[in-house]
Amino acid sequence: MSKNYFQVIRAGINTTFQDEGRKNLYHVGIPFSGAMDKRNYLLSNKLVGNKINSPALEFAYQGPLLKYFGNKINIAITGEVNFKIKKKDIIIDGNCYQSLNLENGDEVDILSTNKSVYGYLAIGGQIDLKYQWSSCSTNTKAIIGANDGKKLENEQVINILKLNNQSVEKKLNYINTKIENIRIIKGTNFDYFSDKGKKIFLEKEFIVSKLTDRMGMRLEGPKIENVIDTNIKSEGLIKGVIQVPADGNPIVMLSDHGTIGGYPKIGVVISADYDKLVQLSPGSKIKFKQVDLSSAENLFKLYDLETQNLISQIE
Amino acid sequence: MIKNILNLGDAALYCDFGKDVNRETNTQVIRYFKSIQKENIVSINNLSPSYNKLIISFDLKKTNFKDLKKIIENLNITNEDNLKNKKIEVPVCCDENFALDIVRLEKKLNLKREKIYENFFSKEFFCYMTGFIAGMPFLGDLSENMRAKRLETPRVKVPKGSVALTEQFANIYTFESPGGWNVIGNSPLTIFDSSKETNPNLINPGDIVLFKEISKKQYENYNE
Repeated sequence: MSKNYFQVIRAGINTTFQDEGRKNLYHVGIPFSGAMDKRNYLLSNKLVGNKINSPALEFAYQGPLLKYFGNKINIAITGEVNFKIKKKDIIIDGNCYQSLNLENGDEVDILSTNKSVYGYLAIGGQIDLKYQWSSCSTNTKAIIGANDGKKLENEQVINILKLNNQSVEKKLNYINTKIENIRIIKGTNFDYFSDKGKKIFLEKEFIVSKLTDRMGMRLEGPKIENVIDTNIKSEGLIKGVIQVPADGNPIVMLSDHGTIGGYPKIGVVISADYDKLVQLSPGSKIKFKQVDLSSAENLFKLYDLETQNLISQIE
Repeated sequence: MIKNILNLGDAALYCDFGKDVNRETNTQVIRYFKSIQKENIVSINNLSPSYNKLIISFDLKKTNFKDLKKIIENLNITNEDNLKNKKIEVPVCCDENFALDIVRLEKKLNLKREKIYENFFSKEFFCYMTGFIAGMPFLGDLSENMRAKRLETPRVKVPKGSVALTEQFANIYTFESPGGWNVIGNSPLTIFDSSKETNPNLINPGDIVLFKEISKKQYENYNE
């Protein structure tokens, strides 16, 4: 055990270490993984003075309760998160997008993500983690990455190898905007669906179901009718692809998706909207809006510029 | 050859090699896959070769569909036989406790289990692609009389090591996973090993696989 460490008192529902993910392994059967909401992940690192692609803790719905032992350490939480800092005599309501210092014996209690799914806790320093294929992102299905490929567990310890020098508390004014309209580009099997099915897909509301995790998001709503074939010859998948199996309910592929699939692809979520998509919690409404490729490319440029802007505001 | 390149979303090229699923088409896909891999194009994030498609995912911050399409179209694809087919023997135990769907399959195919296994073990399989879950090989082709559809209701958990059939293909479940293929046995061999970063998969696209029957006792004492 190192000198500086966190004791995990409560692990939370699905808490994993994530970074930018791993590339060039789809052909082996290993997906990207990495932080689901990339912008919030990057911002958490910047707030504590880490390299922007350092590993951070990602949590979903209910986060962990951690007790800290060691020298003063800087942490930051991003997303829409209710959390408390428990010091010797007082309990403080935590503010997101604001780094703060923990002293020996302090606790961070991440109660819930508010009307969203994922939040990030960045720790100012170097965490003792295993890298596989240049990434420590935990993929619990393939059992690879940090923490032996497993979710955080109660009673375990997170060792910090090195603390950052930063002890100033940094702050960013940022509000996560909510959208129900998710923009998509037509998929390669768009024409497998009836005119009515296409209309339903592009005009009707769907509900995010409880069967939603880091692998995929299952949607419920009016059925999308297939008139050609409910299967295709199995082929590659990428994140954001919307498949429609025989039951007519769309499934959106998310960061830990299976790398091969055999259901028709009706659409693909544009890159600019992915962070917003993953934050839609079960029960949320979702509507798809079709855009063309050049609009999607421009929207991504805007998204990226905005992210860079936010990062530079933290200097 | 690539018949057509479409965009899949805003950050991937969807290269179509035609409708057919056969070794010839798939060999073309694998040639492209290996040639592109060799180029080390920094804007490419991932390559997904499959039966008759190649999906190229890219970093939208570094390039775009139009520019990368041009690069791919102008690539020199070596026509030499660069698929160094490895031959791999995979031991399979067909004990009743492993052959979860053999009874069902006898009915579906109208073949006795002895005949099913005889057909299966006498066949040389070709690895078309790997994936879905890490390291899972898609092996073909089963003869016409061995082709069965998936289970009506997929299993929530298919045991690790399960050897299973559907349509013209066989595969091996490298992890416990949900799945709907007809399970006929189990292999003690490690197919995916994440500690081997340079080559975690025992079976790769283009490889030849032969299955060999082993007894329960051999299975239990199996040592790699």
